[in-house]
Formats: sequence, structure tokens, C-alpha cells
Amino acid sequence: MEAGTLRPKLPQPRRRTEISERRLGAALLSPSLAVIALVAAYPIGYAIWLSLNQYSVIHPGLSRWVGLDNYIDALGTSEFWSAMATTLGFTAVSVTLELAIGMVMALVMHEAFRGRALLRATVLVPWAILTVVTAITWRTIFDPTLGFFNDMLATFGLPGADVVWLGQSGYAFAVLVIADVWKTAPFMALLLLAGLQTIPNDLYEAAKTDGARTWERFRYITLPLLRPAILVALLFRTLDALRIFDLPYVLTQGANGTETLSLLAQQQFATDRLIGQGSALSVLTFMTVMGVSFLYIRFVGGNIRELTEER
Amino acid sequence: MEAATAAGDARQTEIEDLAARTRRARRIRSILLWAAVTLIVVFCLFPFYWLINTSLKTGADLSSGSLLPPNPTLDNFDSIFKNSDFTMALRNSAIVAGSVTVLSLIFGSFAGYALSRLRFPRKFLILALFLSISTFPPIAIAAPVFKLWTDIGLYNTYLGLILPSLTFGLPLTIYILTSFFRDIPRDMEDAALCDGCTRFQAFRKVVLPLAAPGVVTAGLLVFIFAWNEFLFAITLTSTPERRPVPAAIAFFTGSQQFEIPLGTISAASVVVTVPLIILVLFFQRRIVAGLTAGAVKG
Repeated sequence: MEAGTLRPKLPQPRRRTEISERRLGAALLSPSLAVIALVAAYPIGYAIWLSLNQYSVIHPGLSRWVGLDNYIDALGTSEFWSAMATTLGFTAVSVTLELAIGMVMALVMHEAFRGRALLRATVLVPWAILTVVTAITWRTIFDPTLGFFNDMLATFGLPGADVVWLGQSGYAFAVLVIADVWKTAPFMALLLLAGLQTIPNDLYEAAKTDGARTWERFRYITLPLLRPAILVALLFRTLDALRIFDLPYVLTQGANGTETLSLLAQQQFATDRLIGQGSALSVLTFMTVMGVSFLYIRFVGGNIRELTEER
Repeated sequence: MEAATAAGDARQTEIEDLAARTRRARRIRSILLWAAVTLIVVFCLFPFYWLINTSLKTGADLSSGSLLPPNPTLDNFDSIFKNSDFTMALRNSAIVAGSVTVLSLIFGSFAGYALSRLRFPRKFLILALFLSISTFPPIAIAAPVFKLWTDIGLYNTYLGLILPSLTFGLPLTIYILTSFFRDIPRDMEDAALCDGCTRFQAFRKVVLPLAAPGVVTAGLLVFIFAWNEFLFAITLTSTPERRPVPAAIAFFTGSQQFEIPLGTISAASVVVTVPLIILVLFFQRRIVAGLTAGAVKG
């Protein structure tokens, strides 16, 4: 910041304040930094170490250095590539649908009408529901005997009334996408709505006077001005979708083409006790997400810089 | 004269036409709007309604696809509260999510204050570091933590569940509180300092109370995320004595030794969800502000 905007200094000599502020800053930050070092930085380093070793399932504590073998093994299996395809496919389809539905919801919530506040509250309901409960909910809806969906198809005489939706590859994947879209499209809508509220109304009035149609106003005013909000929401949801674990775990246990990277890795180290292989898969998942994570941090970097600037 | 009247009439009809068209457009717009609103409400509420509907059915009624339970009964709720695995899970989740929230708020408010108020180098890097930790996939630390905890005896303990959840709780708190602390006028704090308060006293007695809305927002979000956490809950516990709610519900449904009927599972799901929904609706503004301001965690 420019010198002119600096506030009058306290009556102490400047150097001493600065040193004491540095010390205080370090003291206040140290607990958080220690926690992060202990539960994030160290485990990630340890995961890399684990992934380079082979651990005996029968004799705990017995291990052997195998170099990159675990990675070579993982990259050579069809399970890994199908989990990768499922994860990327799931991310692409669900995030796209969430953006489309979230946009419609945001535009409706932005309109002025009676009961708008109530609608904004309603939209928070799916967000507030536990992911595990979301999975249970959709399982009950698509359950062939107990569910609503098959029953509805039968009532209207539509085909598919006897399909076990979670029991077949393509359909199980579709249910996974539907459940995720239901839970997170409203969140997307709230992010976009916050963006919509920053667009000045004058712009729309001016465009109306110039004869711009609804679609043109959306295309040439809303979309360009909403771009930053859309980007943040997209990156943010992509990060989340790439690490999806709980929905497929409860919906299908990863069966029928719903095994994601996180699910595969967890089953390897927790269920099968293959610590080395599981760690290698975790590191591979981590690296897949890192690229998006980097983009996200770069994008919101402006916000952070502003937060830490002097004023 | 004749021609002039004709022209005037034409103008008149044109104006009437325009008015009629505008009226029609407005009516179509309002019909479309209400159709969209109805659709959104059904989309958001119907699945949860179906879950409640299922939770009120038992026995043969479960397979009836009717929108209302034929013989509504609270039997499922009765049996879920008699199930000690479920009541223990409620206790476990309260302890774990509560501790994660309190620890995140204590450490996070210190860090947020330092980052927003004090002059020292590399603040941007430190905040970026915290934020990037929150973008890591939890699976990246689940495997090593699982191995570590089994080695040092933290597996299947509360502490073992609380620590890894701080990886998302702490960055979120720091981010939200940094922006809240920043908005508190510095003069008030300076006045306290001049009156002879120490920096810590000024923080505790002036800054923290003023930042209370931010503290509430951060606390709510962290609590909800911690209550929802599933990967660590399922990976780092092995007995009902320590298993939190999401893991317990997933266990009820699994092909484990004991399979619990869907009606009962639905009842359990309703029980753990309703308080959360009430909380969210009550603090709606705060939560939306917290979620959208940072867009740090979803």
C-alpha cells in the first residue's frame, strides 16, 4: 500500500514494534503450522515413502524396498485405468450438469418474487443432508422393490419397471451422477447467485432500452460478468468431484462401474491391507488432483493477496 | 380528414396491440417463473420426503410405492434409538465434530489474527499454504495416517479421528476469520493498546467479540463438514464404540453380519439430518455468506 494511507504509528519506536509483531505473529501461527505439519505435510511425505515399499500382510512391520514397483504394478492394471476413467467421466458429467442446473436455479433465485427468501432456504436442504444419507436416499428411490422410481415407471406403463438400476454398469453410474448433482447443484447455484448479485442492474436497463432480448442480455452481460464466479465454482467442484469417495461407497461399494480412484485406493490399504500398493494409488490420485488444485490456488490467489496486504 | 382518422385508428390499435403483447409476455414470464420455482422445490425436497416416507413404513408397506405411508408408524424410530450402535455413533460424532470445531476455532483465530493484523514477511505464502492443504484429496493422507495410527496406537480413538479432520477444519477457519478480522476497525484495537492492554488482551477483549459473527460462521461450517466426514470415519475406526454417525449408517447398509431393514436405516438417516437442516435454516444467512465469501470448501 502507498505510504500516504499508512495509519499514524503508535508512540513506540518503529523497529521495536516490528520485531515484537514478528515474534507475536510467529507465536500465533505456530500451533496451526504445527498441526498442518503433523497431519498433512508429514503424512504426504510418509505416503510417498510407503508407496516405495512392500509391506507384508501376514507379518506386520516386515517391509522391503521395491522402488517404483508399486506404481508400475498399479499403472499396469485395468482396475486403475477403469477407476481413472470412472473418476474423470464422473467429474466431467456431474460438474457440467451441476453448472447448467445451478445456473438455472441461480437465475430463478435472482428474480424478484414473493417467497424468494423461502426458495433460497429450500435450496440449502440438499446441501445440509449428509452425503451418506444422500446415498441412502437415492438407494431407496432406485431400489427395485422398495423404491419410488420403478413403481412410478410401472404406474405410467413405461419401460424399465423391472430394471435393477444400481445393478447394471451404465445405470449405476447414472444414479451416482444424479445423487451428486442433487446434492451439489444448489451449492453451485448459491455461488453463482452471489456472482449475479454483484452485476449492476443499470446494465440490464440500458440493454433493454437498446432493445436487447432476454437471451442477448444473458449472453452479453450476465455470462461475461459472471465468468470469475463460474470459474471459481467450476474449479472448486472439480476438486471435490475428483476425490469422490462416500457416494459410491454407500451406493454400490464401487460395483458396476462406479469404482473411483479414492475408493480403489482405500480398499487396497484398508480392506486388503496392501499398504504399499494403496499408498501408490493414493499418491497417483493426489497427483491427478494437484493440477486442478494449482489452477484453483492461482485463481483465488488474488483474493488471498488482498487479505494479507497491509491496510 | 378520413385518411387522418384511419391513421389515428391504426395507431390506436397498434398501441393496444403492444399493450396486449406486453401483458401476455408478462403473464407467460410469471407462469414460467412459477413453473421453475415449483420444479426447483420438488427437485430439492422430494428425495428427502421419500426418505421420511420410507422411515414411517414397516414390513410389507415398505414395498408399496405410495407417496403416503399406508400405516404410518414410529416403530423404526423406536428401534433405532434402542440400537446402541446408533446411540454410540451419535455420541462419537458429537465428541469428534465438537472437538474439531473447538480446536479449529482456537488455533484458527490466532492464525487469522496474525495474518490479517500483524506485520511480518511471507504472509501471502502462509495463507496460500493453508488454502492448498484444503484442496488436497483426503485419500492422500488416509493411507499413511492409517499405518501411523495402527503403529502408535491412535487407530480407533477419538484423537485419531479428530487430528486428520483438522486438515480441512483449520484452513477453512483461518480463511474465514482472516477476512473477518480484516474488517474490524484498527482504531478500536489501538485504543485498547493505548489504555495499557497487551496485544493478547486487545485481541481477546476487543477483536474477538467484534468478530463473533465470523467465529459463528466458521464454527458452523467446520462442524457440518466434520459431522459429514466419511473417509477417515470409515478408515480409522473398527468398533461401534468409536464409529461416528456416517460410518455407522454405512455399516448398517453393508453386507455385514447384521443387515438392518431399510425402514430403520431411513429412520436413522432422518434423525441425523433433521437437526442439521434446522441449524442450516436458522443460520441460513451466515452459512451462505461463509460458503460464498471464500468458496473454500464445499
